[in-house]
Amino acid sequence: MVVVLTLITLIAGVLLGYVQKVTHDPIEKAQKAKQEDAVKQVVPEFDNAPIAEQYTVEANGLVLKLFPATKDGERVGTAVETVSKKGFGGEISIMVGFNADGSIRNYQVLSHNETPGLGSKMGEWFKTDKGAQSVLGKNPGVDNLTVKKDGGDVDAITAATISSRAFLDAIANAYAAYTNNTDAITGATTQKGKEENHE
Amino acid sequence: MNKLKIILNGIINENPTFVLLLGMCPTLGTTTSAINGMGMGLATMFVLICSNLVISIVKNVIPDKVRIPSFIVIIAAFVTILQMCMQAYVPTLYEKLGLFIPLIVVNCIVLGRAESFASKHNPFDSLLDGLGIGLGFTIALTLLGCVREFLGTGKIFGATIYPEHFGSLIFILAPGAFITLGYLIAFVNKLKTK
Repeated sequence: MVVVLTLITLIAGVLLGYVQKVTHDPIEKAQKAKQEDAVKQVVPEFDNAPIAEQYTVEANGLVLKLFPATKDGERVGTAVETVSKKGFGGEISIMVGFNADGSIRNYQVLSHNETPGLGSKMGEWFKTDKGAQSVLGKNPGVDNLTVKKDGGDVDAITAATISSRAFLDAIANAYAAYTNNTDAITGATTQKGKEENHE
Repeated sequence: MNKLKIILNGIINENPTFVLLLGMCPTLGTTTSAINGMGMGLATMFVLICSNLVISIVKNVIPDKVRIPSFIVIIAAFVTILQMCMQAYVPTLYEKLGLFIPLIVVNCIVLGRAESFASKHNPFDSLLDGLGIGLGFTIALTLLGCVREFLGTGKIFGATIYPEHFGSLIFILAPGAFITLGYLIAFVNKLKTK
């Protein structure tokens, strides 16, 4: 009895180990491809490797990943992988791309558990140029990116105010992480640029 | 037993969703669209066929007392294999079905067929039973997904039939799953009594 059960478990274990080995690389590749795709979509054209040059920044108690995008050595934008824990169905993860001036270029929702048909519309809603829906081109440092119910400038998703708040919370977190570090970095790059000009 | 009969039995007479009412959790949870329902159905079918086949092969070596744990280990192994393969090769579908894939382990259809059919029949018949029940489950879930997607968003398999804003959102939400399932079961029963 014990022998049979042990044997079955053993065989199952070996089989699983083998499948894990086979699928390990494709799984990692698929996840990386997804991340790369998201970065590519949200930042301006670049010629560096944002994934390889990623770094983390702490902001609002969260540790977020930042992907710098540079072209000809100049910083053209930054993608931030941000989260909000205030979603209706738990955590929302978004890739937000900022232009060099700090305005939002584009975003892509990576994962969420919002209600299908309501909160799940966030993938398109905040990109659609209709009323005050869109956040594209807005700068979280200048514009008041909260929903109108909270006195802000953004139209919330119909019947999904909580999801909308969470989305904008994620954007705010991203912006906080972005400003926390780029001050130092842009300072450094401009100085470097000046030196090069002198030469 | 006639081979074709075994398959048809799973689709019609003992349809897991419309007749046996088994596996309601993934049935209600994943059928927000036709494609999700179909994906879940096919995933369950894969596990069913594999576990039925293997269990009927090893049924004679397994002592009665550890029957259930052994079945569960076999089923769980197949589910984990499926999960890893889906994650590697169809990540978009995997993300949508997400939590429900590991839950196939405790899906009563799979264990139920192992216990009531595979442990009493030969491997080939068990394989056919897995195929039949799996197809029945897939058809039911796809149908349920189609109706919910159609009434909720005006689409079927992502193809627009009528504008989305005429759709009634409740069919995408959980209550819509119960309502649709209830009507579908009534409809199937009506067809059968004729």
